[in-house]
Amino acid sequence: MGHSDHLDDYGDAYGAIAEDNNAQRWAFGSGFDDPLAGVDTSVPSEVDGTDLAAYCLMLGDDALILSHRLQEWVSWAPELEDDVAIANIALDLLGQARLLLARAGKADGTEREEDTYAYLRPASEFRNVALVELENGDFAHSLARLLVFSTFRLALLDQLRTSRDPVLAAIAAKGVKEVTYHRDYAARWMLRLGDGTPESHQRAADGMAAVWPCVGELFTPHEIELRLATAGVGVDPSTLRAEFDAVVAQVLSAATLQRPPDSASSATDGDTDAAGGRDGRHTEALTGLLQEMQGLARAHPEATW
Amino acid sequence: MTSVRGGLPDVREIAETVTDPELPMLTLADLGVLRDVWVTHAGTVVVSITPTYSGCPAMDAMRADLKRALRDAGYEDVEVRTVLEPAWTTDWISSAGRAKLAEAGISPPHSAPIRAAGPIQLDLGATVRVLRCPQCGSARTEEQSRFSSTACKSLWRCRSCLEPFEHIKEI
Repeated sequence: MGHSDHLDDYGDAYGAIAEDNNAQRWAFGSGFDDPLAGVDTSVPSEVDGTDLAAYCLMLGDDALILSHRLQEWVSWAPELEDDVAIANIALDLLGQARLLLARAGKADGTEREEDTYAYLRPASEFRNVALVELENGDFAHSLARLLVFSTFRLALLDQLRTSRDPVLAAIAAKGVKEVTYHRDYAARWMLRLGDGTPESHQRAADGMAAVWPCVGELFTPHEIELRLATAGVGVDPSTLRAEFDAVVAQVLSAATLQRPPDSASSATDGDTDAAGGRDGRHTEALTGLLQEMQGLARAHPEATW
Repeated sequence: MTSVRGGLPDVREIAETVTDPELPMLTLADLGVLRDVWVTHAGTVVVSITPTYSGCPAMDAMRADLKRALRDAGYEDVEVRTVLEPAWTTDWISSAGRAKLAEAGISPPHSAPIRAAGPIQLDLGATVRVLRCPQCGSARTEEQSRFSSTACKSLWRCRSCLEPFEHIKEI
């Protein structure tokens, strides 16, 4: 390419970005099309739209917040391949979150858009579990969390494929394929770290021990989950525990790691600090995360970028 | 379900020329992302597409490209709808699409795995798959990562010609 051609192509880069008809070529920022455009989002019979919306926020916020924590790893992972893998996993979860938040706005009739939920809610209105909001810690800690989360979520989405809400069923069926890859990725890393050097083994063990107190909350059913499970729309998470335990045991055994002890509070008590996320009770870690995630949107409420 | 109106070209044929923003050697039809094209009684062209992955960032670009192509062909009123069900599978990539991928140095997918009854099994990497290098044809290849430049690809390298290559992973 000659020098003048080069200038022609790149001389007006700002203009090329700013051109209105080209905006959708740029896959970042806000102002995306509705991810549910053209999808029938009517609420199934005998289902409370407010319950369904809250449930979509539980599943959507889990994905959105963990996606953000995973994005924090990008450019810091041990190898370039892991930067790429973690970014892809974060993108899958962000996509699941977009669909679920959009579905929430259709279910409760408020017609709120995904961005309204993601950028304009205070921490007390987020319904994610504590597991996903805690700081990343070291790489082993983050991968232990990803193993726990993706094992839980895969079991959940797999049951949700038969939901009476066809939108949730479709989101789940798609998510199952994605999270299967996420779980394998996390499991293989736990294997590599646990069955690696004394240093990596210790870090993997510490990572599992650090996330384990958050496990109980995943399987403690919220009243909304129970109502929707009865209605054939949602899943009672307590029914997923056996599958979760079996998968985690398989990974830990291959990784020469011990299962951390269940603390008395996390196993059964729904009122501990680590079990209020579904009702909007969160740790300080979420506040810090939201300041970063929401800062630009809150500073410029009308902006799209 | 397609029609020719007033000498305008067939809507399906136009929609089928639109290429994927990230795999431009493939059309959306080759990929199996283009699900249906029809014209309503009111004259609106409706195109339905399905995402490959939930987070596919190319969906907005695909919608814009489909609308542009149809408008350029004289159809002003175009609506692009998302279809989530059934979920996209690599089995929908056409044989022409597979040939174009191989020609571009991207290893096409095998058949998507058939799910056994019961919980989804972990894959801890004990099963080694053999893929042929799309550059030199050697079977001495190894997987570097299950994730690559886009969500739908994994990263491989050939131990014969030493070139890296990508494989569309089966889902």
